[in-house]
Amino acid sequence: MVRDDEQVDSMEIDEKKQQQLEAPTAVPEGFNTDYLRVYYGKLFPYGDFFKWLCYGNDGKHPGCDQSYVGRREFSFTLENDIYLRFQSFDSATELESSIKEKCPFKIDIGPVYSVDPSKRHAYAQSGNNVFVPVERELIFDIDISDYDDVRYCCSGADVCLDCWPLMTIAIKILNTSLRDDFGFSHILWVYSGRRGVHCWVCDSRARKLSNEQRAAIADYFRVYKGGENALKKVSLAGPVLHPFLAQSYMDVLKTFFEDRLLLSQQLFSSEERCQKILDLILMKGLRRCVEEIVFSYTYPRLDMEVSKHMNHLLKAPFCIHPKTGRVCVPIDPSNCDDFDPAAVPTLSQLLGELNATGFQSDSDNSLERTSLGKSISFFRTSFLHPLLKACKEELESAYNAKLQQSKNSLNW
Amino acid sequence: MEIVRSHRQVAAAAAAAGGGGGAGALPTYKAAPQLEVRLEEFELFAIDRLRVLKGISDGLSRGKRPEEMEKLVSELWKTHMRHQDPAETLNKDIVSHFVLRLVYCRTEELRKWFLSMETTLFRYRFRLESPESQRMLMTEFQLPYKALPHSEFEAVKDKLSQVARSIGQSANVEHVFFKVPFEEVPDLVASRRVFLSKGYAYVAMSQVVSLVVTQFRCNISKALALTNRKWTATIKEQEKDRLTPIVEALSNAYFGPDYSQPKDAVDISLKDIDQLAKSSFPLCMRHMLDKLRENHHLKHGGRMQFGLFLKGAGLKLEDALAFWRAEFSQKIGSERFDKEYAYTIRHNYGKEGKRTDYTPYSCQKIISATPGVGDHHGCPFRHFGEENLRAALNKMGVGGHALEEIMDKVKNRHYQVLYFIAIGLTEQYDIPELTGLSGIMKYTASLHINL
Repeated sequence: MVRDDEQVDSMEIDEKKQQQLEAPTAVPEGFNTDYLRVYYGKLFPYGDFFKWLCYGNDGKHPGCDQSYVGRREFSFTLENDIYLRFQSFDSATELESSIKEKCPFKIDIGPVYSVDPSKRHAYAQSGNNVFVPVERELIFDIDISDYDDVRYCCSGADVCLDCWPLMTIAIKILNTSLRDDFGFSHILWVYSGRRGVHCWVCDSRARKLSNEQRAAIADYFRVYKGGENALKKVSLAGPVLHPFLAQSYMDVLKTFFEDRLLLSQQLFSSEERCQKILDLILMKGLRRCVEEIVFSYTYPRLDMEVSKHMNHLLKAPFCIHPKTGRVCVPIDPSNCDDFDPAAVPTLSQLLGELNATGFQSDSDNSLERTSLGKSISFFRTSFLHPLLKACKEELESAYNAKLQQSKNSLNW
Repeated sequence: MEIVRSHRQVAAAAAAAGGGGGAGALPTYKAAPQLEVRLEEFELFAIDRLRVLKGISDGLSRGKRPEEMEKLVSELWKTHMRHQDPAETLNKDIVSHFVLRLVYCRTEELRKWFLSMETTLFRYRFRLESPESQRMLMTEFQLPYKALPHSEFEAVKDKLSQVARSIGQSANVEHVFFKVPFEEVPDLVASRRVFLSKGYAYVAMSQVVSLVVTQFRCNISKALALTNRKWTATIKEQEKDRLTPIVEALSNAYFGPDYSQPKDAVDISLKDIDQLAKSSFPLCMRHMLDKLRENHHLKHGGRMQFGLFLKGAGLKLEDALAFWRAEFSQKIGSERFDKEYAYTIRHNYGKEGKRTDYTPYSCQKIISATPGVGDHHGCPFRHFGEENLRAALNKMGVGGHALEEIMDKVKNRHYQVLYFIAIGLTEQYDIPELTGLSGIMKYTASLHINL
């Protein structure tokens, strides 16, 4: 569906879209149980999803932990805001049938606990805290409404091509640092469905981090401080910037601010807006002033609480956002400049595509024929396969080390 | 460790066991000492050490900077723990630590507090040690980190220099660095005081304190859990006529003014809130009430801090629900309020979910909050910018000389003290309409004491 204000090349409307508009198979926009039922029936990628969360513990290798995936918490939000916590599944089939049956409006992923969450009460009796999270991806949640004080094009839940690039910046800076500074490799970026992005760091080293270590990483990334009443929320201390901040500034923020933001947000267009910038300048050198201004308007703003606690639940990728109907698709960090939230497939769009290709095909093919196919493919090749390869290698070496140990203990 | 009633003291044995990292140096408390302790010393030594720990706790909540803390720890140690004979000092040091382990192992909250204070004590005593002594202690903690070889150092020298300058130090001063997995030095990572690359932090010798302290903390934490098990299993019963009553009394020991809650209860009701806010609420709560009335909304941090405060002040659940609903429904309607917010309020009162009865936040917790975009919680003396704080204090009726003194204390980060000055609990400032110590103020004062 083409928006009136969407840029089109020489008035040429994409043929496929034209067909969609006019085809009898087009499905009216919306979000409801009937639509969801088809999505969960034909499109939701249960297999890939489950493979991801098994992290190689699929029972095929003797070194696998059979209980691992069953100790993961999921939560479902059902149609009438009914909220089901501590759901757990031992197999992809179990997960699939539960989702198909319950048709949740939202699915959240929680941590892996020490015991199966559905059996937690049995362990509560002993008094000591035996029901605790033991593994959890390192996660980040970036929401564009946290930038409301520095964007003038939209506010609240709205997002447009002028302010969305703030998310792109956040992805670039965090992705680079997570890889280069922290040494993580298995990072999944996902569109939140409306106005932000989520980041899942899935390396086993990341999953094993304690709350304190997570908080430390979140603090490493934090620049914006202070509630509504702090005067200056970005205060860069020290005569020079830490290499991480300096690099972020030189490689990403400076160019973006100069080339795009100044113009698109019209930061000097009114006295009020100028005053806002002046308010940021206190008695310090000019270069530091400029840096602080740029950081205030562009540097990523994380929700600290999401990252700090292992038991925080976060929406699952490939869910559908109830307010926009858009699928929470992965974002390719090396091409994030090209990501356009308005071009993300919607539920009704996908159903229309299914209609158009007919229902006779089996479920494996349905995916490929829709716009979702590209996202699933990217998920598999860029994230899932390298991750599973690494998991297998780890499992094998841990297992071999154990074998070696028991052999050694027999040596007199 | 054997506790006897005789006069035998085996001070020298203390140096041999339990670990000192050199002549009269910092013990690491790895093993309970093999010596005999007099019963009177059992209690006295523990009390003296407790004075040191409480002094540290007080210093932390006043927002003292590291240099100030170092000085404070040195003074506290000298005043309460130092003996002319270093062997005696070491003896007292070790004995008192192990006694307090017994005292503070028994609940999660006690363990957390003790761990935090002992770690802080250790951190600053370590800083005060000589470099040789520090190096020996590092070995004792089995930190297998080798110094960075010269070639690797050359490769990252510029970045290391940049980090040093970014934290206000001179460049190219440190030449000994250690390459450490970032997980081991969360404090340094959080404050961006190290260069990170591929999962490793490059830690300067001067920062090694952090490494050592983390290990120390880990060891004590494990030891406390063990001690708790032993206490519950055997010691408590065995010693019920001798040590147990002393141990139990020690954990309640408090060394400040008495702000215990009055028996004539503090019970506020819905209609009292606005009036009490003007006369008796602390600045942070007053501010949140103002914002709530203005915006008909408060974000989560504010709802927790203010909501729990009201609960502690005696606001009943029904009144609390009515209070929040009256405001929120003006913005989002009462149906949405009931659906999305009422649950949390009932949860805070222990009526939902885990059914834990949550207690109001202490000043320490409030000061260390991290308010973000759109938040109004936290401590105004810490989190407000100068203009906003002046405005808020003016509104309270604080001006002139008193106001300037307060702003000066803010610069020096004496947050908790400020609150009491501002509400007139000290004699120094005569602030109109805020004299007298009402029930509410006693209650909030007790929150200040809450460790």
